[in-house]
Amino acid sequence: MQAFAVATLNGVSYGLLLFMLSAGLTLIFSMLGVLNFAHASFYMLGAYLGYSIAAHAGFVVALVAAPVVVGVMGAALERTLLRHAKANGPLHELLLTFGLAYLLAELVKLVWGLGSVSFALPGVLDGPLIAWGDATFSRYRAFMMATSVATLAVLYLLLRTSRTGLVLRAALTHARAVEALGHDVARIGTLVFAVGTSLAALAGVIGAPLAVVEPGMAEAVGSIVFVVVIVGGMGSLGGAFAASLLIGCVQTWAVGSGASLGSLAHIAGVRLPPVWASLAVSQVAPLVPYALLVAMLACRPRGLFGRREDDA
Amino acid sequence: MTAHAALRLEGVARRFGATQILSGVDLSIATGERHALIGPNGAGKSTLFNVIGGALRPDAGTIWLDGIDVTGRRPHVLARAGLGRSFQTTRVFARSTVLENLSCAVWCGLVAARRGYERGLAERMASWTRWWWRSREIDALAARMLGELELEDVAHTAAGALEYGAQRRLDLGIALASGACTLLLDEPTAGMNRGEAARTIEWLRGVSSGKTLLVIEHDMDAVFALADRVSVMVRGRIIATGTPAQIRADAHVREVYLGAGQGGEAS
Amino acid sequence: MMRKRRAQAGSGSDHRPKEHARTPSLRAGRIGASLPWVVVAGLLAAPLTFVHSSGLFAYLAQACAMIVFALSYNLLLGETGLLSFGHAAYAGLGAFAAAHLFNRGGIALPWLPLAGGAAGAAFGMLFGAVATRRAGTAFAMITLGIGELVAAAVWTLPEGFGGAAGVSIDRGSGPSWGAWTFGAPREAYVVIACWTVVSMLAMFALGRTPLARMAHAVRENAPRVEALGIDPRCIRLAMFTLGAFFAGVAGTLTLVDVELASSESVAMTRSGAVLIATVIGGSSTFFGPVLGALVLTGMSVALAGVTRAWPAYLGLLFVAVVLRAPAGIVGWWGAPRTRVERDGIRVAARTHGLGALAAAAWLAALVILVETLYARRFAADAGGAWYLGAFAFDIGVPSTWSILGVLIVVGAVATRCARRARRRACARANGGVQR
Repeated sequence: MQAFAVATLNGVSYGLLLFMLSAGLTLIFSMLGVLNFAHASFYMLGAYLGYSIAAHAGFVVALVAAPVVVGVMGAALERTLLRHAKANGPLHELLLTFGLAYLLAELVKLVWGLGSVSFALPGVLDGPLIAWGDATFSRYRAFMMATSVATLAVLYLLLRTSRTGLVLRAALTHARAVEALGHDVARIGTLVFAVGTSLAALAGVIGAPLAVVEPGMAEAVGSIVFVVVIVGGMGSLGGAFAASLLIGCVQTWAVGSGASLGSLAHIAGVRLPPVWASLAVSQVAPLVPYALLVAMLACRPRGLFGRREDDA
Repeated sequence: MTAHAALRLEGVARRFGATQILSGVDLSIATGERHALIGPNGAGKSTLFNVIGGALRPDAGTIWLDGIDVTGRRPHVLARAGLGRSFQTTRVFARSTVLENLSCAVWCGLVAARRGYERGLAERMASWTRWWWRSREIDALAARMLGELELEDVAHTAAGALEYGAQRRLDLGIALASGACTLLLDEPTAGMNRGEAARTIEWLRGVSSGKTLLVIEHDMDAVFALADRVSVMVRGRIIATGTPAQIRADAHVREVYLGAGQGGEAS
Repeated sequence: MMRKRRAQAGSGSDHRPKEHARTPSLRAGRIGASLPWVVVAGLLAAPLTFVHSSGLFAYLAQACAMIVFALSYNLLLGETGLLSFGHAAYAGLGAFAAAHLFNRGGIALPWLPLAGGAAGAAFGMLFGAVATRRAGTAFAMITLGIGELVAAAVWTLPEGFGGAAGVSIDRGSGPSWGAWTFGAPREAYVVIACWTVVSMLAMFALGRTPLARMAHAVRENAPRVEALGIDPRCIRLAMFTLGAFFAGVAGTLTLVDVELASSESVAMTRSGAVLIATVIGGSSTFFGPVLGALVLTGMSVALAGVTRAWPAYLGLLFVAVVLRAPAGIVGWWGAPRTRVERDGIRVAARTHGLGALAAAAWLAALVILVETLYARRFAADAGGAWYLGAFAFDIGVPSTWSILGVLIVVGAVATRCARRARRRACARANGGVQR
């Protein structure tokens, strides 16, 4: 029971991290119409930059500086490259972001080497926060949750109460009308891109001590973020939230579970051949988000909260 | 021979979020009739077309095409049942030439073939191969439509490079070339000058004999020249139906749409 | 009825002169159309006749599989407008199925690609039924998810995929055809080359069918096609299945070459590679992907032996093509010809000469920068410098920076002159309206 509660809390913290990533991606998609394939690469950049900055100036500085640097980088890339590709259509922009993701991976390999680096947990955050029997919920996980919630709350407040936020929300759905009112929509687009990428970088910095920081991490997390966006419904922040928590929890339960496929199938009343039945659920945990994607698409193609679009 | 109306709507309703765009639309159009749909902007006319055409599903109500219940069916099923449509924003195959656009429309029409829209897969595949071998017939039909549309001198130009009026004519031509019996035409003369609009309407009269037309129009001259009957739609509901003369004389319609005084231009 | 107006000679339509000069240009057109076939056939036949280099053998065997793979990918991207990020799944699954079938015995090696193709098509139809329910960006993400699913499944599932070692075959252990046992690389290469030519012909013929024309229409305006009575989803699923079939064939050709089907056959890097190859070559013509496949394999084989930084060059080439030459190398290659026709050979030669000089200077600067950076990171034991002959480029040395500076200045000046010359040529072509 305690183990389940701790696993759920861990799942929620992982889900909130995924939401930070998918929220940025959804904002960029809604505003600029392009699905940023390189989004997870900015997450990876944030992790590596955080590691380097923390090694010199400490964790707190890294927490603030890395997202800012990555945000500026994202803004520069949007202004120079993405605008050029706009003329040829959304698929071309997607291809460009794919190329950027590839190049960013090479850049990371060039600057930090091919191997993985270990990001040390700051001392004060290391250790258990709550211990129930033999299940412990670590302090760092709690810190992760707190930071995610705080950042998202600040973002929500800014969007709802500030003037820029108002203009931004209007521009998300009616860019032309906002432009006709005299606002520089292109600059708002760059701002949104910068905010989205710095959110990703922040997720990278706070997630880095628990993840394996290596050049392949962008690909691993990236696919899951895209699954989250599709399952939640493209362009829907609420859907991204629900899908992030769902996938975060289900995957954490699967990884921590001691059951085997055979016992699960037994509950469902299905008999599996022995080779399959002996397979542990934790072993097939990496498959879970993608299996969820296929299941969602088979039943409800537009996702949890997506609108039924006219892409016949 | 069937006594069914070519197109019949009963109680069709549709909302977007909190806004009720269509609230109980009733309409009946006889076979061979030319019916115009007029009304102020925002009345829901294009939404009605999208619902009839299958792009949107109605929240309530029923739609019959030639006596068959087609409520909620997808556009390609409706096209096989004999429905054709042209669009408010011109939709042509921009990178293909004008002649290829029309050949494509003719081919689709022959393959989809209007009668018996519930044919099986084997029959459909057979008609694909059959019409592949009869490309000469298809080219002849496309060339004839090209002549009627007066687009011969741009026959080999990419459709996306045409000027606006020619593109609108091509859009109409694609809808007609597919051989549909019931046509939904969304503002066919939009953006055309008077002369072009008058010629287009005259051409439509000629080429649509025997077919059923439902036309959204804002140009009153075009409406009164083309339509046998007119329906007026305001705020998602049809408030009046009748001959053009009756509509022109209707006081309620004048108050809401045509403007008090003479039956003049649309606002 | 509208009056039919006869198009008069003075109507100024552009296509008239071409009609009158039809005969000589048609013949030239036919020769131009068959030239790529001749070149490809010659290239594939080279190792078997007069060229005896094992390196060329290995390169061409890889390139052949990539050609078929890229052409199958273009059935989705170029013909139907579907961008897929997980195409390697069908190639790899086809290879696994073929490997199992071969190891069970009975089937001769030359028939194996057919089996692999059938398996690829089966999986293509299964996953495609789900994936083609959406189009555009959503479709791309769905194929990404399915590709990751297959890649993870191949790693995790116990049966059928051989775990980390994969499933291997022994070419010579199957039934033999006359004196040929197919164990020798030469005999295997003949199988690969023949299947490549057959697949190319098949996909070329497919591009002439009504299905392909409907796929083009769906690519351009799917709602219009739907309003004309054809279901775009059916068209997309049909093209997806056909693409998966030929991907299965390509995967089996790789199996025949390396005698192994492993998790690398379904890896996302392979999906990315075929995407890069097709886009670089150009997705709007038939031979674009062929060229892209040859370029990609060339870079991964030849360039990889020369420099560590070849993935960076590939990525930069990809981004450059997407930004500057969206129609790929094939499209970019056709542009100079129209300019020569329009401006005359002297002006075109000047513009292109300046452009080439600018490109050479920028390229040299780029290569020096990339190589020195990579040397600093990866060649630390050799002193962290990049050696070109006897000359050493090092990040910390001022001479390197001054050379870079000179090249950048030359490149910038040449770019400016080229742009000005091009603008002048354009203005002259437009009748000197702008000055």
